[in-house]
Amino acid sequence: MTEFQPKPRARVAATLAALLSLAGLGLAAVAQATGVGDFVVAGSPAAKLDHCVEPTEYMRRYHYELIRHQRDTTVYGGIRSTKHSLEGCVECHVGYDADRKPIAVNAKHQFCNACHSYAAVTLNCFDCHATVPEGEAWNQVTAADRDKLLPGVHPQGQATGVAGVPAPSAAAVAPEGREQ
Amino acid sequence: MSRKVDQVNQERRRFIGVAAGAVAGTAGGAGAVVVALSGVAEAAPRTEPVSDRHRWGMLIDTARCADGCSACVDACDQENGLNLQAEPLGDDEAKWQNQRATWIRKVKLQDNATGVITNLPLLCQHCEHPPCVNVCPTGASFKRADGIVMVDRHICIGCRYCIMACPYKARSFIHEQVEQKLTRAPRGKGCVESCNLCVHRLDEGDATTACAEACAAEGHHAIVFGDLNDPSGPLRQALAAQPNRMIREDLQLNTGVRYAGL
Repeated sequence: MTEFQPKPRARVAATLAALLSLAGLGLAAVAQATGVGDFVVAGSPAAKLDHCVEPTEYMRRYHYELIRHQRDTTVYGGIRSTKHSLEGCVECHVGYDADRKPIAVNAKHQFCNACHSYAAVTLNCFDCHATVPEGEAWNQVTAADRDKLLPGVHPQGQATGVAGVPAPSAAAVAPEGREQ
Repeated sequence: MSRKVDQVNQERRRFIGVAAGAVAGTAGGAGAVVVALSGVAEAAPRTEPVSDRHRWGMLIDTARCADGCSACVDACDQENGLNLQAEPLGDDEAKWQNQRATWIRKVKLQDNATGVITNLPLLCQHCEHPPCVNVCPTGASFKRADGIVMVDRHICIGCRYCIMACPYKARSFIHEQVEQKLTRAPRGKGCVESCNLCVHRLDEGDATTACAEACAAEGHHAIVFGDLNDPSGPLRQALAAQPNRMIREDLQLNTGVRYAGL
């Protein structure tokens, strides 16, 4: 894996401050990362936060390790909603254009591309993964509708006991419903 | 693939499950009441890796599967972003229909002797002993602990050996760059894919699939999805209620998808 040195902090702060002031004046029609060291796109949810899911320096150096570890945890273990998911990266770091439409996170001058093109590290996450938050997994909003269609199938509606044991108390039932 | 051995293992597993449940019932009384009271938050994303405690499967009642209905196929396409596929410019229509990724195929059978027509959706059967997993040279084709046969697209090299090995013609290959992708169902050029029983839903705590839901919404209720390991669950009850079988049971793959009325 190719390593790259981020520019000194002072430069980061300066470019970020400049960009933010531009955005504040309403001159920046489309938010974009203007150069290396300007990591977070103004207007993205990440711009409102102090730091990423781990300390910033750690993320710059090791974000790919976190993502690669998470991908196996998700594919083989089915653990999805943790803080190191690629879905989380995209959701938080995606920039928006003047019409509030999301811009692909790997597009030119956007969050991923700004550094990766400078460091000449090809990333192929987005051959398969969505570049804007679109079509997330099932969520609880639709849970009630689904339960109407297939009563009893949803774990919530079914009091199931283990073989031969007539579900004596909530003790045996509740974890069953929770754990898939 | 000795069936007798499998049967013994199942019994043993069930016994251990009962014992564990009983222990949990006596030991963790107070904590469990709290869990039971917060019933609204049932559908939480999982934090523990999947285990073989569940084995997901389906019963498809061919008598209820309507001729000409494609609700399950359409729902599957929408759920997994297959409807976002675009036909390559200048491609032959017949060739495209043959090559586009399809996770569920509607199959129509006719018995020539009697004229009886049977409709059924054919999808990945989620075998206990999947041939696609046996032949995969990279280990990309794998069976998850809860019985779902999946492709790890990160290490799939697109050799398509699994397509050859599958007796159900359940797998598809992605020939073209995927322009539009969904967050819940990543898919890209050069990988093999097939039905994964809407694994993103299961992981979020929702025990349904798009196809079963769509079939129910149409009023047919031909597909029952559930846990094969749960004797009192909807799937096992449906399986006990009527005769059913696996397709190509002679191969002894112990499929997770069963058919009634075949």
